[in-house]
Amino acid sequence: MLGKLKNANLDLLLPEPLLPPDLESYPEFHSKYINSKNTNALINLSHGTTTLAFRTSQGIIVAVDSRATSGTYIASQTVHKVLRINSHILGTMAGGAADCSYWERYLSILCIKYELENKKKITACIASKLLANIIYSYKGMGLSMGTMIIGGDGKTLDIYYVDNEGTWIKGDLFSVGSGSTFAYGVLDSEYRFDMPIEESIELGRRAIFNACFRDAASGGGVSIYNVQTSGWAYLGRFDTSDLYWNNYKK
Amino acid sequence: MECLIGIRGKDFVLLASDSVAGRSVVAMKKDHDKMFQLSSKLLMAVSGEGGDTVQFAEYIAKNIQLYRMRNGYDLSTKAAASFTRRNLADYLRSSTPYMVNLLIGGHDDNDGADLYYMDYLGSMVNLPFAVHGYGSFFTLSIMDRYYKEDMTKEQTLALLQRCIDEIHERFIVNLNSFKVKIIDKDGIHVLKDIRPTTKPPVEAEGTQQQQQLMDTA
Repeated sequence: MLGKLKNANLDLLLPEPLLPPDLESYPEFHSKYINSKNTNALINLSHGTTTLAFRTSQGIIVAVDSRATSGTYIASQTVHKVLRINSHILGTMAGGAADCSYWERYLSILCIKYELENKKKITACIASKLLANIIYSYKGMGLSMGTMIIGGDGKTLDIYYVDNEGTWIKGDLFSVGSGSTFAYGVLDSEYRFDMPIEESIELGRRAIFNACFRDAASGGGVSIYNVQTSGWAYLGRFDTSDLYWNNYKK
Repeated sequence: MECLIGIRGKDFVLLASDSVAGRSVVAMKKDHDKMFQLSSKLLMAVSGEGGDTVQFAEYIAKNIQLYRMRNGYDLSTKAAASFTRRNLADYLRSSTPYMVNLLIGGHDDNDGADLYYMDYLGSMVNLPFAVHGYGSFFTLSIMDRYYKEDMTKEQTLALLQRCIDEIHERFIVNLNSFKVKIIDKDGIHVLKDIRPTTKPPVEAEGTQQQQQLMDTA
């Protein structure tokens, strides 16, 4: 197995799925070690989150919460759920933190490889399809990811939603995670394609805040990014309690 | 929760699919196109499990293109459908079966227009009209009642509109718009999205009287 890892071929064609040794079958492994209903399970996956991204005429706004939970315990309030794939492309994290951060990091390697081989920047369409194909080869093996690949190559700007079932869809507005339905409520009420940038930042912040208010598994703070054709920019982190007491409490 | 509709008319096939891409209870995308172009006069509408649909459709489409590149001519509708069915059947008892239901519509110079209905178990049949999904429970009877051989495009679109109106009327899931495409001897034509006909709101019986009573009281 180690030899296989050392000679891992970073081909743009699908690498053969690298499986851990001594594994009889994935369903058995899954129910024995990962099943969150099993209290003796050694691995407790944290799925609670709210992430969103939407496109306006002025660019793309990405907003995420920062809480990680294992069951009813809050493991962290300061998780970085936006992963920087390259200077023009961001990825969001929802579902299994390890799955998302590992595979999106692997995706950054593939993006560099693409740029070297093709002498041009990679688009979100290609990057997200690369990720979707990798995830598809692990289908049924217990990956848990609901991620958005956001950005472009300097001329295009797209948002693609990719998840562990193999879904790959392009859109102008997505929200992913346990609190996504709450975020959708606020987003759908006020979203317009031709919103000014300040209004869209406030909308993203408000939508995540409302989701954190109602969803127990989301909270901590709201992190906001803005993506333009020239690249992404980090706009800051707003603590949810501060937002409640200072801004939104009525 | 997805609905695919196919109707064969006089020398053309009409394919319609709902445009909702959902995940659990959320409609993530409302203008999703579920039809894939296999060749210049072959179209495939796919529904089923998330990743399987796109992966299988792209696999078939690329292989049909490869045949064209190698041999210089397109596969006939019947041959392409058989090829698709063989792949579905071969993968069925493997560790990675494809859970996809399809409609393939195409036009040949020899056989004219053809519609093939295929399901995830690898069964295939040539039909004059076909529907996949829960929508079939509501629309197949309408097709049985009003379908005739060799209908014109306008007649087929009217029949499709009836079907979509019935789905909107009785199906509990909101399928608000359908993407529509026609395949005929000139190739694949994309038509405007079809939505259920809006009817004026129906007031419940007795509200008029109740309102009058409340006004006088």
